[in-house]
Amino acid sequence: MDPQIIIARRVAKELRSGDLVNLGIGIPTLVANYVPTDLKVFFQSENGLIGTGPIPEQGLAHPTLTDAGGRPISALPGASTFDSAMSFGLIRGGHVDVTVLGGLQVDAHGHLANWMIPGKMVPGMGGAMDLVSGAKRVIVAMQHAAKGKSKIVAKCSLPLTSVRPVHLVVTDMAVIGFAAGSATLLETAPGVTIGEVMAATEADLLVGDHVPEMMI
Amino acid sequence: MKAISLEEAVAMIPAGASVMVGGFMGVGTPERLLDEIVRQKKTGLSLICNDAAIPGKGVGKLFDAALVARLTATHIGLNVKAQQQMLANQIAVDLVPQGTFVERIRAGGCGLGGVLTPTGVGTLVAQGKREIEVDGKPFLLETALRAQFALVHAFLADYLGNLAYALTSRNFNPVMAMAADTVIVTAENIVPVGVIAPDHVVTPAPLVDYLITNG
Repeated sequence: MDPQIIIARRVAKELRSGDLVNLGIGIPTLVANYVPTDLKVFFQSENGLIGTGPIPEQGLAHPTLTDAGGRPISALPGASTFDSAMSFGLIRGGHVDVTVLGGLQVDAHGHLANWMIPGKMVPGMGGAMDLVSGAKRVIVAMQHAAKGKSKIVAKCSLPLTSVRPVHLVVTDMAVIGFAAGSATLLETAPGVTIGEVMAATEADLLVGDHVPEMMI
Repeated sequence: MKAISLEEAVAMIPAGASVMVGGFMGVGTPERLLDEIVRQKKTGLSLICNDAAIPGKGVGKLFDAALVARLTATHIGLNVKAQQQMLANQIAVDLVPQGTFVERIRAGGCGLGGVLTPTGVGTLVAQGKREIEVDGKPFLLETALRAQFALVHAFLADYLGNLAYALTSRNFNPVMAMAADTVIVTAENIVPVGVIAPDHVVTPAPLVDYLITNG
């Protein structure tokens, strides 16, 4: 299975009926594709919409209904729209139950870096800092390694997005939690051994007695 | 409120002015005002806008024409020209978290000196800012943001200047309509008074200084 799909499918399992959920761009966007249809989840688009729906059919797009990247989307029955102060009041005020974000690095204490690479990529943080500071649960969905280097690091070398730790990291190799204050291996991806995860991870991982295989 | 032409409205904006522009990735942006700013070559602008849009669209046109001297925004990653101008030090860019950006503008429009936010505490964003503890929790003091001009785009404007917005094109428009000395509005549709029901007016008419005539 495609590594991104493994990640998206596993993250989708974290969502509960009634949750207000904000998905970041990249792998997080794919999560919406794997939410069971009987699960009533509200997806927020930070540009001012709760109840985002799929990309409209050809010819039905409207220029005033877009996602945070400016691409056409649709709105589901029961959707609501609002201004940016309300949108970020929802985010910072703890009204968003789950946010799923991409990551460049997550360190042993759950600190996320995902908004700039000094000297190389300075796009701006957009809504990322508010989401990590304010959402009830923060889940990072990212590949375990990039160009052979672990993205789960001992200490972030890139500028932090927030000093508030994230709750869960889901990669193509493992699920890692931070409830204990430091990185703990909770699950391994299908066909991946604990030893392989440890070898591919720069940060020290706590390993419990029972580490089940990811259910996807 | 006074209804005026595009040319007259933009003629009021001096070179080097501070200008807030509504919109999110060019959605909900007063495109006609931006086209006219480019035509009248208003240089050295201090632009306050969520993002830099993309070349050829929304405020992206201002970067195409190299009219921006200073930019306060939350994200410019999708506009290569804005990035190039920043890296070449042609424009000074202040990147602000989006929730902080909108609250600073809201504060500017609501008579507040600023806001206290947890966003950015302990990060690069905190540099040079006061950290204030409230009930044991650290917050950053983020100061209010205002501009000489707010350029706003609405879906409906009535003859008095009451405004209503459509879907995700609302975004920063109503907040910016509170936070500038002069508020200039374009609307998709200009309608008789009463078409927008009182409960559906988002920006009340007294906030609007100039409405650009259609057609």
